[in-house]
Amino acid sequence: MNDEDRIGKLFQQTKAEKRAAFIGYVCAGDPDFETSLSICRALVDNGVDLLELGVPFSDPLADGLTNQLAAQRALSAGCRREDVFRLVREIRAFSNLPIVLYTYYNLVFSPGVSTYVEQAREAGVDGLLTLDLPPEEAGELLEASKRHGMKNVFIVAPTTPADRIKLIADAASGFLYYVSREGVTGERADLAKDMADRLDAIRAESDLPLVVGFGISSSEQAGQVATMADGVVVGSALVNCITPLLGQRDDIPAVIGAKAAELLDGIRSVAES
Amino acid sequence: MSPSAMLEPVSRNSLPDEAGHFGPYGGMYVPETLMAPLYELSAAYEEARKDPTFQEELAHHLRSFAGRPTHLYFAERLTEFCGGAKIYLKREDMLHTGAHKINNAIGQALLAKRMGKRRIIAETGAGQHGIATAAVCARFGFECVIYMGAEDMRRQALNVFRMRLSGAEVRGVEAGQKTLKEAINEAMRDWVTNVRKTHYVLGSALGSHPYPRMVRDFHAIIGKETKAQILEAENRLPDEMIACVGGGSNAIGFFFEFLEDDEVRLTGVEAGGRGITDGEHAARFDGGKLGVLQGCKTWILQNEEGQIDLTHSVSAGLDYAAVGPEHAFYKDRGRIEYGHASDAEALEAFAKLCEVEGIVPALESAHGLAYAMKRAREMSPDSILCVNLSGRGDKDAQEVARLREGTTN
Repeated sequence: MNDEDRIGKLFQQTKAEKRAAFIGYVCAGDPDFETSLSICRALVDNGVDLLELGVPFSDPLADGLTNQLAAQRALSAGCRREDVFRLVREIRAFSNLPIVLYTYYNLVFSPGVSTYVEQAREAGVDGLLTLDLPPEEAGELLEASKRHGMKNVFIVAPTTPADRIKLIADAASGFLYYVSREGVTGERADLAKDMADRLDAIRAESDLPLVVGFGISSSEQAGQVATMADGVVVGSALVNCITPLLGQRDDIPAVIGAKAAELLDGIRSVAES
Repeated sequence: MSPSAMLEPVSRNSLPDEAGHFGPYGGMYVPETLMAPLYELSAAYEEARKDPTFQEELAHHLRSFAGRPTHLYFAERLTEFCGGAKIYLKREDMLHTGAHKINNAIGQALLAKRMGKRRIIAETGAGQHGIATAAVCARFGFECVIYMGAEDMRRQALNVFRMRLSGAEVRGVEAGQKTLKEAINEAMRDWVTNVRKTHYVLGSALGSHPYPRMVRDFHAIIGKETKAQILEAENRLPDEMIACVGGGSNAIGFFFEFLEDDEVRLTGVEAGGRGITDGEHAARFDGGKLGVLQGCKTWILQNEEGQIDLTHSVSAGLDYAAVGPEHAFYKDRGRIEYGHASDAEALEAFAKLCEVEGIVPALESAHGLAYAMKRAREMSPDSILCVNLSGRGDKDAQEVARLREGTTN
């Protein structure tokens, strides 16, 4: 059913339970379709509340090496637009968790924005995070999304000035995504220090749930962020589990599942304390 | 849509609009982290552009460091050889560091200085923009990091060494096809990470606003000089002007002053590579479609899924999947026409110019030249053709030698 607001329901639930949502990122089709599906199942089984699926693109300029390689593996394994939608449909067979596609605008623009949004929504996608599409250029996508009940997640960056936050918040739906560090995706040893102030500044402009990502790799960091944000995004730390196991792909889901469980412990520990 | 007679005339100075659009092209398609820095850059450039002190300083460095003005040279023996239009060459190859790229590198370095940014990054394809940036950074005492595809580093080994001599750090990019596109991705990643203290000197009329406009403006001097020089030499404007188009910076700089002189035919020449089939060329107007890549909406070589296609050209500087947005705009209006020259035609023109004029052109410029030689033959001896010789070919000598060995063996 296309009008179901899975994202809204999730954040209502996590708010009621006084905890942060656990958002897991992996690249669709990495390292191959079947393994990718098993990885998604392992993430769902180990407490991921919202799945962010990277759509492999030939030129992922906002991504660090980990996610670049993931996209390359998926593309070499033949992952196409239809395979990404098929992955979402297959996940829908066992889970009703919200799914957001993390993508680049050329992939949305290529088949026609409205067509893309409609097909994605039909497959069961709840939201799009289009990395190289600022609100200034997003008119066509926002209009099509409204028609098809698709949410549009936008990023607020450390470099975003206060007067831009409102512009972004007005364009966004579902949730807002604060990137905790300048730079591309990837694990970081330390988290930005002024995060709490920045999150307050964003909340002053928007009632949307606010999640934090880019560089969260340990359960301690996940816990730290969970005290401040409505959701914690972990990407590269999960994707990095894949690389050493490319020769034994059957083992990947269990290893990623264990990593997710560890991160979930970090998030839950602060909820209980 | 055909280049329609319904189009309103457009003033060349009215574009782009404030958000960087050339009609449906251009714009700002970048990650959020870069939006504020791009607005900052845009504001700083607007201010600098109108500041006479900045313009004087720029003019001074273009004269004393880069070696402007460059000559407009009547290529008498090439004209005789072709047996048609009089061929003039705008000698951007005579500039310091060997190509037009220095015009923009100086302009942006002065802007970086004004903005208080002392770390400079740049991408390079053929290496000419990297060399220009490295030299300017040495001149102004800036830290300099150049991103270059590993395949281009192989093709342009001499240029890599020259950049390092000027104190630049050259970082090889191993991703994808290992050419210009991947170098731009990596430079943008660096910029996203170090944006507060770094200025990204983008080297072509590409990417997000304000780059296409700013780079065009810094190269517009090529056309301004050409206009004065051809009026001096011939007392009239040329019938046609021809330049090669990779991203399109030398071409837009050459054409800009003439956009409203409707009697002057303007032709951009793309890389026809080994033929117009997938992955074998870089002629975006002959096989590309509308899309968004690396900051702007424009014509792009891509597959039906929106993944960016592989490209090929014998010249690294033309080997790129997208074309500058302003070119796309004037293509639609029919004001600039586009053709292409193949690898083989470019190599032949390269050899011919060496042989009859003693001038070694860059392989990029040789594409424009190859097309111009064909056109000259179709034109009458009293017509005039100006070609932008955007760079010199020292950097290509080794690669040409290698290709020749390959064909004689």
